[in-house]
Amino acid sequence: MIRKVLFLLLLSLLVVSAATAQDAVTLTYLVDDSQNSQDMAKALVEAFTAQNPNITINIESRPGGTDGDNIVKTRLATGDMTDIFFYNSGSLLQALNPAQTIVDISGEPFIANIVESFLPTVSKDGAIFGVPTGTAMGGGILYNTKIYEQLGLSIPTTWDEFVANNAAIQEAGIPPVLATFGDTWTSQLFVLADYYNVEQAVPGFADAYTGNQAKYASTPAALAGFQYLQQGFELGWWQQDFATTRFEQGLSLLANAEVAHYPMLTFALSTIATNFPDQANDIGFFAQPGASADANGATIWMPAGTYIAQTTSHVEEAKAFLAFIASVEGVDTITAKVPPNGPYLIKGSSLPDTVLPAVQQLAGYIDSGNSYPALEFVSPIKGPNLEQLCVAVGTGQMDAATAAGNYDLDVERQAQQLGIPGW
Amino acid sequence: MEATLRPKTVLRTYPHWFYIPAGIVFAIFFVVPTVLAFYFSLTRWTLFDATFIGLDNYERFFNDPQLTAGLRNTFIYAVLTSGLKVVIALPLAMLLTSSIRLKGLFRGIIFFPVLVSTVAVGITFGALMQPSIGLINTALGVFGIPRIDWLGDPDLALFSVALVDVWKGVGIAMVIFIAGILSIPLDYFDAARLEGETWIKFRYVILPLSRNATFTVILLSFISGLRTFDLIWTMTRGGPGFASDVLTSVIYKQYQAGFYGLSAAGNVVLFVLVTILVYPLMRFFQRVEIEL
Repeated sequence: MIRKVLFLLLLSLLVVSAATAQDAVTLTYLVDDSQNSQDMAKALVEAFTAQNPNITINIESRPGGTDGDNIVKTRLATGDMTDIFFYNSGSLLQALNPAQTIVDISGEPFIANIVESFLPTVSKDGAIFGVPTGTAMGGGILYNTKIYEQLGLSIPTTWDEFVANNAAIQEAGIPPVLATFGDTWTSQLFVLADYYNVEQAVPGFADAYTGNQAKYASTPAALAGFQYLQQGFELGWWQQDFATTRFEQGLSLLANAEVAHYPMLTFALSTIATNFPDQANDIGFFAQPGASADANGATIWMPAGTYIAQTTSHVEEAKAFLAFIASVEGVDTITAKVPPNGPYLIKGSSLPDTVLPAVQQLAGYIDSGNSYPALEFVSPIKGPNLEQLCVAVGTGQMDAATAAGNYDLDVERQAQQLGIPGW
Repeated sequence: MEATLRPKTVLRTYPHWFYIPAGIVFAIFFVVPTVLAFYFSLTRWTLFDATFIGLDNYERFFNDPQLTAGLRNTFIYAVLTSGLKVVIALPLAMLLTSSIRLKGLFRGIIFFPVLVSTVAVGITFGALMQPSIGLINTALGVFGIPRIDWLGDPDLALFSVALVDVWKGVGIAMVIFIAGILSIPLDYFDAARLEGETWIKFRYVILPLSRNATFTVILLSFISGLRTFDLIWTMTRGGPGFASDVLTSVIYKQYQAGFYGLSAAGNVVLFVLVTILVYPLMRFFQRVEIEL
């Protein structure tokens, strides 16, 4: 008798646990290993799973840069992707073949929460694939305001003024520009953050470039970015060990006033704020100066997105998480953990009054209408070799014209691989 | 009747189907992928679908501005590492087959790097070769040698990686040489001892009679030098810029970029290149061996 009761008890226990197991869903979220992205993902996951106790989300990390692109591409193509993943919007997303790999969320109500200018960067042929995760960023020059005060310099609005500032800083014995070629992706900023200036000089460059009509090598305004790198090397702007310095090592040099400028995305600010809380307020931002002071503005990077892989078996739960990310509540969750690097693209969200000075400076450019998206958000094509070419120019192994010509070849290959008409 | 059957039974000790297990493994993991790679190298491939484009990938691969430098670097790397391994491993093997103390320990120490994962070696040496605070420059600084930017100087990066490759691979070369030297009949050494000098022993006994070992070392390290990837990738990723790019890292970057067809074409080229370079070398060594 006792055995029978025990048996029934055990059986009922099994049935109950099986029933709860059916409701409990575990999702995996693939996020790059930068501190900024990891902190953001953790904050979002904690807040979301607290509200939805039946859903568990595990965060899996991957490297950034081209290594990360490779992992994401291969896992999607082989059907081995996590349920949800965090990845760039714009041309990098287009290279993932989203129509065949990512769930279309254009019919979801939460799409209405997203600022319209973001949507083209995660869309293809009417389908929408992701929600903005984190803030938009500015691409330009981060600078140490202490050095500027000490030497009595003012923010340059033309490239020539920037060169003059650098000469003064060099004379004071400080390396004027930080180069972190140990993380190759960081080398591209002089070229990519110059897009506001390219667009001012050659309106409509993006469409001509996408249609195989405009080339970097033969468009002087586009070639300029490569020439800046060459000039930087020739004038000895970089600090010691520039060829092997890594991104995070570089941030410590900038925060401690051991270098004056860092061509970078404002994305670096929250890492500085976490690692060097006392010095984060010494860092300012200005747009990469170009030929003319009248057309001075910032190049803007759209936030990365969170996407659902078509291979997931929990689409509804994944969509619920995306809905949370695309809500004001989701934005506030991020802000509470990670200092914002720029404006959010969720309607009704606002930045706290305590944002870093560099973010306020970025907001100044956006509010006054002096900003334009980077080329990778207005054209689906970005050549994958740009970072190596930029390092080659920045270390004096290649001149600007050769690099621009090689990059045009790289772009051609990418366009053909994507099957873009006209190539 | 019986006399004609006999040699057959002697030749075929084991039946043919003993080859099958190895044959299946070889077919699945080598023959099939190789044949597929030849096919995909003729297509524009997204992993979802492949469009046949004939020889375009090959044309593109050979027009790649980085390819020439990559080929040159591959060749320098293979010749340098295989040469240095012979030059360093042979004297070491001689020393460690002579009657010195602790030779088991020294053999162990020199062989140890062979057992360590290449990626771990790459990352460790990346840190050791850091120009300002790395251990190597700090140690050299004690002797007043100015700082050397091992991996950051474009003219030096490839050679720094090659040196680490030699450090890691010299153990296996040494073991092959030791085996070669130990297989030399002692009579020759006795004869050489009458002449007295170590030089005689080296020049007229060890060098000619361990020729097989030398050929094996050269061939193995030359092939692995041509195909080297993991050490280059963990230490420099072919950089700075393209300064230490070899054929395999060029191919890998194309694969990373999502140019799967192009990267398959690169692998076919690598396959052909290794064959073209190594086959005549092997034939030459075999001919010399027969003459011996």
